[in-house]
Amino acid sequence: MTTFLGMPARAPRGVGHLRGDEPFPVAAREALANAQLRRNLQHATTTIRGKSGRVIAELPDWQELRAAGSALKAYTMANLPLLLEQLEEKVTAAGGVVHWAADANEANRIVTDLVRQTGERRVIKVKSMATQEIGLNEALEAAGIAPVETDLAELIVQLGDDKPSHILVPAIHRNRSEIREIFLRAMPGVDPSLTDNPPELAGAARKYLRETFLSTRVAVSGANFAVAETGTLAVVESEGNGRMCLTLPETLITVMGIEKLVPAWSDLEVFLQLLPRASTGERMNPYTSMWHGVTPGDGPQSFHLVLLDNGRSAVLADEVGRQALHCIRCSACLNVCPVYERTGGHAYGSVYPGPIGAVLSPQLTGVADNASLPYASSLCGACFDACPVQIDIPSILVHLRNQAPHPRTEAAVMAAAAYMMDRPKLYASAQRAAKLARIAGRRGRGLPPPLNGWSASRDLPAPPKETFRDWWRGR
Amino acid sequence: MSSKDVILGRIRSALGPGLEAPAIPRNYRRDSDKPDLDLLVERLVDYKAVVHRVTGGGIPAAILEILGAGTVVVPPGLPTEWLPPEVEAVVDDGLEADRIGAADGVVTGAAVAIAETGTIVLDASPDQGRRIITLLPDLHICVLRPEQVVASVPEAVARLDPRRPLTWISGPSATSDIELNRVEGVHGPRNLHVILVAD
Amino acid sequence: MRIALFATCLADTMFPAAAKATVLLLERLGHEVVFPAEQTCCGQMHINTGYQKDALPLVERYARTFDPYEVIVAPSGSCVGSVRHQHAMVAGRNARLAARATSVASRTFELSELLIDVLGVEDVGAYFPHRVTYHPTCHSLRVLRVGDKPLRLLRHVRGLDLVELPAAEQCCGFGGTFSVKNADTSTAMLADKMRHVLDTGADVCTAGDASCLMHIGGGLSRLRTGVRTVHLAEILASTEGRAA
Repeated sequence: MTTFLGMPARAPRGVGHLRGDEPFPVAAREALANAQLRRNLQHATTTIRGKSGRVIAELPDWQELRAAGSALKAYTMANLPLLLEQLEEKVTAAGGVVHWAADANEANRIVTDLVRQTGERRVIKVKSMATQEIGLNEALEAAGIAPVETDLAELIVQLGDDKPSHILVPAIHRNRSEIREIFLRAMPGVDPSLTDNPPELAGAARKYLRETFLSTRVAVSGANFAVAETGTLAVVESEGNGRMCLTLPETLITVMGIEKLVPAWSDLEVFLQLLPRASTGERMNPYTSMWHGVTPGDGPQSFHLVLLDNGRSAVLADEVGRQALHCIRCSACLNVCPVYERTGGHAYGSVYPGPIGAVLSPQLTGVADNASLPYASSLCGACFDACPVQIDIPSILVHLRNQAPHPRTEAAVMAAAAYMMDRPKLYASAQRAAKLARIAGRRGRGLPPPLNGWSASRDLPAPPKETFRDWWRGR
Repeated sequence: MSSKDVILGRIRSALGPGLEAPAIPRNYRRDSDKPDLDLLVERLVDYKAVVHRVTGGGIPAAILEILGAGTVVVPPGLPTEWLPPEVEAVVDDGLEADRIGAADGVVTGAAVAIAETGTIVLDASPDQGRRIITLLPDLHICVLRPEQVVASVPEAVARLDPRRPLTWISGPSATSDIELNRVEGVHGPRNLHVILVAD
Repeated sequence: MRIALFATCLADTMFPAAAKATVLLLERLGHEVVFPAEQTCCGQMHINTGYQKDALPLVERYARTFDPYEVIVAPSGSCVGSVRHQHAMVAGRNARLAARATSVASRTFELSELLIDVLGVEDVGAYFPHRVTYHPTCHSLRVLRVGDKPLRLLRHVRGLDLVELPAAEQCCGFGGTFSVKNADTSTAMLADKMRHVLDTGADVCTAGDASCLMHIGGGLSRLRTGVRTVHLAEILASTEGRAA
């Protein structure tokens, strides 16, 4: 295959966390069998759906904000080259350094080199989907640099030697007593009398990380928004770990997907209303930090911005699928998804789980590398309704299924069915033959694979004595 | 060919020729409403901030009530008449982190407050200071004047300068990371007191 | 009014009672029902499984078969959803077909839409003396946005004790080939849906889609719960003289 420069490229294999080890149905089986996990997920998603619904109902113009958010993102994509160059110019003028990373490997190399140049062997990190996507922690560790996750949920995941399972709350699969056990086992210096009372657990994280915040001189963050017009960057968070990382160190390195831009400063008036209400179900999240290059005497005096492609340009090339890049990582679609609620995030195999992951991961990697994900949905449409920027996830899923590699037998059956259904006489005689009923046996219990997946827990109705068509003809 | 050229080339070929950018429908609420101070108070309290409503001369008494005697860090431009004599003020002239963290609290002004969301925004003006001073102490006392309060997020964005370091604060430090419930008190100040001065 | 019936392949083959009930109900309300014999399937299964090329002749067939009719009804929110939101997309660059598909789609209605929006009737004169809970199927709810139309129709049915279904808006887990490709997840969703149905104490669970009812009914039957699934059309068609 010839690739020439300038053609949109997928995220490379062998680096990062966009591809799972197993197809979704196989990976989901383990999660479905874990009753504790399902209780945790159901409790958490039910809680957040209620909270989010209440604060969204307070805004009379929620639908208008969604429409504006959607249009702003479409506008950004249509003008992306111009806006990215504008951002680079503004960030540079404000004292920052802008780097361009075509893929995960290049981004990891840039960040690792930047940290090396400071001579530091440890970095503090603000939760960032982009750095998880590219596997930055593994790259830093391989270079002898210790990354410390400072977000509470990321810390729970890191201390538990676990994997994140949610965009916003990576440890959503853990309940309070499991978190307590992880802290008692793996948090150095933890008070052994720690209970599972959430404020106490939060307090333990505060105590554990405070010294690390004060003594680490390099931070790595992601970004929720970057304003092309002004060069302003924004990180939206809750705990204050973001403020710590963005304020205390001498060097700040921000890794940001190229789609995170907004055109103008005033556009944040839309997204700062949409994101917290859709995400944590708050009118406003506790802390949002915004910075503009380097401010003398206040905060990091060295600022680097790494702009990451890693498959995004390939997503942009798909007219139907490109709206997946509008995502602001609120995770509302996960919280309303009946599939996610039962399987959790690990089954998706990618750092982007849930409905948005099912459309984003296959596009970043190429559908063949995540072929089961577009099918990991019943197409119920709850995600589309919940999305604060109106991403039509069900339509993208259907679109990607049309691109996915199909099993040979299934393709033959589908072609035969369509052939028959386009010939009403053949169709009617096939109906009358009721072959399915005979193969199926009583209530469908004799069905062959893969149809026996259905009959394992459901009866098939007995075939009727006559079809509607026959009844109509006989009237 | 630089990575910048590669990425921009990829994007241009992905977009193809003549992709129309849509018009932005701006029919959400943007007009200036008269801010509702009672709503601001209700929303601040809802997210576990403590609110003290005082008249102009009542600021020192309110601070004393919150703090008792103690040490507070203050930004260089904080009006000195706000502080009660019982409180020892340490002016931030580039203080070390240890010194800031050891204080009993920090007193600042604010740039803007948003009634609808219960948010205060700091913009590092002289009465608000460097970002670090409102981060390390466990108590943040923020003095707010009514003319700084706006009704909604769009009005706040319009008032703020995107070239300044901005910190938007809605209640004390909190997390939703344990079972997706909000719990107050992680890395930022665990106590947020807002002194709202009446006209 | 002359109304063309799109029976849907599933009702035609497996659940003729739903299509028959649609005919009898509309005739009782004084309308003429016709059944164009060239119809087969809307192609949704092919489209949603990733076989748009195979679905194309079915989309063409639907548009050709129903183009002569002013009003078309189907007893399925899901099939009408496919006609309205997918057919023009499958037609793709074939602009003539896309235009025709869009036009026919604008004349195609799900049963509760037809009754309330087109025919302007909420009380269809039905009698159904049972305790009933209603499951608003995903495509009726979120693709067609039928809202409370089915409930308004059910509230006027004499003798019917309507009980609210908890977490009604959650998917039952059918999702067409989803229930085969992701059978375990689908089963977990079905288990919760059945628990909610049983919690209502209803003896009948109804919906506007034979497919979801086949799924829920198949589970309820396997568990020998004694709760029946009955299509909305059958409830609306039943009268004191003629029960479903």
